[in-house]
Amino acid sequence: MNPAGLSWGRYPLPRHQTIVPLHWRDTALPTCEGMLLAHGNGRSYGDSCTNDGGVLLHTRGLDRFIAFNVETGILRCEAGVLFSEILELAVPRGWFLPVTPGTKFVTVGGAIANDVHGKNHHRAGTFGEHVRCFELLRSDGTRTLCSRTEQAELFRASVGGLGLTGVITWAEFSLQKISNPWMEVNTQRFADVAEFLALSAESAADYDYSVAWFDCAGPAAGRGVFMRANHAAADTVAGPAAPRRRLRVQLTPPISLINRATLRAFNAAYFHRNRAGRSLQHYEPYFFPLDAIGNWNRIYGPRGFLQYQCVVPMADANASLSALLGKIRSGGTGSFLAVLKVFGDRPAAGILSFPRAGTTLALDFPNLGQATLDLLERLDDIVVAAGGAVYPAKDARLKRERFQRYFPNWEAMLPHVDPRFSSGWWRRVMEQ
Amino acid sequence: MRKILIVGATSAIAEATARIFAARGDALFLVGRNAQHLQAIAADLGVRGAPRVATATLDVTDFGAQAAVLEQAERALGGLDIALIAHGTLSDQAACESSIDAMRREIDINAVSAMALLTVLANRFEARRQGTLAVISSVAGDRGRQSNYVYGSAKAAVTAFTSGLRQRLAKSNVNVLTIKPGFVDTPMTSAIPNKGVLWAQPERVAAGIVRAIDRRRSVVYLPWFWAVIMLIIKYIPEPIFKKIRL
Repeated sequence: MNPAGLSWGRYPLPRHQTIVPLHWRDTALPTCEGMLLAHGNGRSYGDSCTNDGGVLLHTRGLDRFIAFNVETGILRCEAGVLFSEILELAVPRGWFLPVTPGTKFVTVGGAIANDVHGKNHHRAGTFGEHVRCFELLRSDGTRTLCSRTEQAELFRASVGGLGLTGVITWAEFSLQKISNPWMEVNTQRFADVAEFLALSAESAADYDYSVAWFDCAGPAAGRGVFMRANHAAADTVAGPAAPRRRLRVQLTPPISLINRATLRAFNAAYFHRNRAGRSLQHYEPYFFPLDAIGNWNRIYGPRGFLQYQCVVPMADANASLSALLGKIRSGGTGSFLAVLKVFGDRPAAGILSFPRAGTTLALDFPNLGQATLDLLERLDDIVVAAGGAVYPAKDARLKRERFQRYFPNWEAMLPHVDPRFSSGWWRRVMEQ
Repeated sequence: MRKILIVGATSAIAEATARIFAARGDALFLVGRNAQHLQAIAADLGVRGAPRVATATLDVTDFGAQAAVLEQAERALGGLDIALIAHGTLSDQAACESSIDAMRREIDINAVSAMALLTVLANRFEARRQGTLAVISSVAGDRGRQSNYVYGSAKAAVTAFTSGLRQRLAKSNVNVLTIKPGFVDTPMTSAIPNKGVLWAQPERVAAGIVRAIDRRRSVVYLPWFWAVIMLIIKYIPEPIFKKIRL
């Protein structure tokens, strides 16, 4: 957890939160005043994991494995277990996460509540698709086993349900078989969005994973690096070892270190560092490059940053992405990291699941106050017009009307929301 | 594979230590008060690699019941190589100042119960002429301070007891390790607000415990800087000590 139950973007700053650590999955919820919200490792960017004026139920103490079948790869564990802890356990035994986001420092409960996706969405869907069942603890004290066959609607409301349906105490899900910890990575450069889309289409059948970094700062904005990969074959000999994590941002600098000049320099360096070709990599740098720098979120300074992740339909993806890129470039700083990925066309696992057919773009912006909020509104104009959506786990500023456009099924959530559970994000998007 | 008994196995430090043992493939016998919590930990340790994990419930202040549980542990694992005594409560100092019963209860839980367990274990380990008795004492036992001198007295007793026991068992090839953690962020200390830079996570303390057991250390401060802090605190002259708040 971050200090005082902050989110990863450290914006908006929550006030007057009481933090209650949970340690045992069989104990009742604490008796206290105020609205409740489970908070895992605080890797959601905005305010979906914070609870102004309420109580955060800190779940990291629920970090026990319950059962692991090494034959079938089915793992049951408590909800506060981190993906990094699952990898430590499973990789030496020949198993890997079915789906993982770009950081391994998320909890299982958080991965379900945000129905997280990864570089293999086009093949494997979201994490929620691999969840077999979980226990949901509600504020009335009841414990409900939810699966696709039992309490199926509550299951669909809780997967991607942003913690609004209660506390997930434990979950059971399937891992995927691997032969070794290595990735066979094929890197390609692209000059513009059209080339990115062509590479994605061409790679979908042969590569389990694909993702692109996208330059949206410099004069050559629109170019990028496309990284597609598969888990290495069984006969792979002696790949590289896991890198040792050694960097850590120890202090929050007084101002953001991310500005127009550093962004341009970084983006140019990144582009030139990544040459086209094949390489054998350990899974860590392929999946979790930013995890190598502890507390990297601090580089944005005390005001924090806003992440913006949207998805736009494939039909006019090129036009929508070009429009977004134009807005970002004219809007000032550009984005430190821009990530592009084509989602697969799969039915959503949860009522409020974000991934859907189309191309997703994720951006980080230092918080420059109103200017940043205005820029994100303009990006929203493009996303709304395109019929896309914005990812709640990254959101810190969406209002009711646009939330409802992005999630037309939102009313189906309402009967399942626990009356004692809420979040900063939920109160904002529900505000009349 | 070593055979390890842990008393107070549901404490955060003990659980973190047990996970390291489990990942190494050690067999474990866990003793605590809450059967369900013991079961949850046992299942976890099994997944992490422990070939065998058995549990028993015990209220450590039930002195009459201790011997049977120790017997059960030896039978379940087929002997013992390491015993880690890790149970304890963080005393309510104010309550101990106004109630003799509360004070005595804290001494029973934090000192007498551990000394009773060690009395039995010492004889068994001495007879087998091998193994390690690792006992969690505390930096609080190094010098009585107004903020928690009842807890400190109990831990001082444990420190002195294990020191003597170490000397006695050295000739039998049995190591006695006195573990002195500083501030550790656990459920036991969750009521303490504003944890500063001196606070350590239980995983760090656990790694230090395992290292000290492996190296057959006598006394270990965890993290290490508490050795320096306590050295200074121990040598503050009484006239000054009386005027400051610690």
